[in-house]
Amino acid sequence: MAKKKFVVGCFDDEKVLFPAVKKVRKAGYKIHDVYTPFPIHGLDQVMGLRDTSLHTAGFIYGITGTTTALTFMSWVFNKDWPLNIGGKPHFPLPAFIPITFELTVLFSAVGMVLTFCYLCQLAPFVKKHHFHARATDDLFVMVLECTSKTKEDEAKAFLETVGAKEINVQVAEDGWWLGRYAKEQKLYDTPTENSLA
Amino acid sequence: MSFREKFEIPAKFKMWSMILMAVGLVSILAGYFIYGQGDEHANTRFWGVLLYNSVFFLLIVNASMFFICATTLAMGGWQMSFRRVAEAISTAVIPIGIISGVILLSLVLGHKHHIYHWITPDPNDHILMGKIGFLNPTFFIVWTVLTLLGWIFLGAKMRSISRELDNGGPLSPEEGKKYIFKNTIWGSLYLVWFGLTVASTVPWLWLMSIDAHWYSTMYSWYTFASTFVAGMALITLFVIYLKNQGYLELVNQEHLHDLGKFMFAFSVFWTYLWFSQYMLIWYANIPEETVYFKHRVQGPYRGIFFLNLIINFIAPLLILMRRSSKRNYTLLVFMAVLIIFGHWIDFYQMVIASLSKEHVELGLFDFGVAAGFIGLIMWATGNALSKHSLINRHHPFLKESIIHHT
Repeated sequence: MAKKKFVVGCFDDEKVLFPAVKKVRKAGYKIHDVYTPFPIHGLDQVMGLRDTSLHTAGFIYGITGTTTALTFMSWVFNKDWPLNIGGKPHFPLPAFIPITFELTVLFSAVGMVLTFCYLCQLAPFVKKHHFHARATDDLFVMVLECTSKTKEDEAKAFLETVGAKEINVQVAEDGWWLGRYAKEQKLYDTPTENSLA
Repeated sequence: MSFREKFEIPAKFKMWSMILMAVGLVSILAGYFIYGQGDEHANTRFWGVLLYNSVFFLLIVNASMFFICATTLAMGGWQMSFRRVAEAISTAVIPIGIISGVILLSLVLGHKHHIYHWITPDPNDHILMGKIGFLNPTFFIVWTVLTLLGWIFLGAKMRSISRELDNGGPLSPEEGKKYIFKNTIWGSLYLVWFGLTVASTVPWLWLMSIDAHWYSTMYSWYTFASTFVAGMALITLFVIYLKNQGYLELVNQEHLHDLGKFMFAFSVFWTYLWFSQYMLIWYANIPEETVYFKHRVQGPYRGIFFLNLIINFIAPLLILMRRSSKRNYTLLVFMAVLIIFGHWIDFYQMVIASLSKEHVELGLFDFGVAAGFIGLIMWATGNALSKHSLINRHHPFLKESIIHHT
């Protein structure tokens, strides 16, 4: 994991954020991510993110569950331990359907949750850098990554022209790490008027 | 952006609805002379075909009003951009309701006991005698008439509430709240009536009582799921037709995606009920219950029975699962037609397989009568669409539909 330099712009209104994201992309800056207090419809399109393939993964987990259930049950009742249950045939498909259905749902649900956590890099003890504590409360935080060609001052000035209320430069881990937050990093500011009200 | 608010019925649309209605009328007349006058078997075919066609098409147009009321109660806004289309389809409840009413009443009043053999029960038949409080001509007639009048009256009320705003100006927030509340009240009255009829008693009376000794508690839900998914397919067809004619500017792929979701989800729901009904009877293996499936699964109706499952479950599941196929107009039209046909075939086997257990007869007469009802739906819907604005422009939730995003 490498430390990188980021230019952080904070917006207090999503109506300002949307055109700002468009302008920043048009100007050629590399957006690291946009942190918002709540999901915003259409922001992913504006940021140019592709559609998730989580549902394709879900389908694959689902059919894995289907085949697991069907092969296991038919193996048990035909090969391993054939039992006559109520005079039903040894491959009673209707009786297998509910279990097959349950296993399909179970596999796809658990698989998708784990895949989602993997994609979002969420797990116990995994830590990531917080660019602004108020991103979980009332600020929309756009983070630009500085490449070798980015000029910080220009980027800061540009963010100001597109309506950012608070702008700073941070050097931080861009990925995740296991363990604790650095001691000197203050996660929470002193209470402001807004947070007390 | 300018709107084409008034639907002008295209000459071709009008011609086709007339042709189809004429085909239906000719089929019924021809059927009457070929089958209706014949022996008991032919006579049963004539009335059976009329019964399942009229009930099927009545329930799928009625499903439009159910869709409106259910979304109203759920405070849904996304359907506002095409709600008038569903309202227009629901006006077909009036003519088809009258036709169905005439057919159902003449079955009972004409003592067609080879269709409803509970009309004249044998006093020694303790199963039928035990059900006589429910399965008797008086109850059937009163309940059928009440049901049809309830649907027609409450549906007309919902439509008139929707048209109330057409000539006024925008609503203030207070007026808007009152308006939504009024919608909710009438919508919930409709839903209660719908629950008492379609979701419980009416399929028992009209369809399940053909096998008067047999019963399934799942039957009404099964019928409801069948007609609701076909009803959503019908709405989708009309929405896409109007869209292709250049109307409904506010409808876009997001709305069609949701209609496709309804078609997908309720196809699966239908399968859930289909399977639950089948599996419980298969598992318990009690002769008086398995008799219903004997000639369907192991008899001459085997092909239609499993074709039904392929059309109504496998095809929607595999084809409509992808996001892109729910946003594809051509594929949605194909699936909507397939689903309506599939559930029509489902109704065919629900009714005809109980009436004529040994022989499968599916011919011109069936398709002709169905064509007549399709023509009638086109005619009634086209007329209703052309009478009023296609968009309820002062509805408080309209904006929600315009910015709808899935």
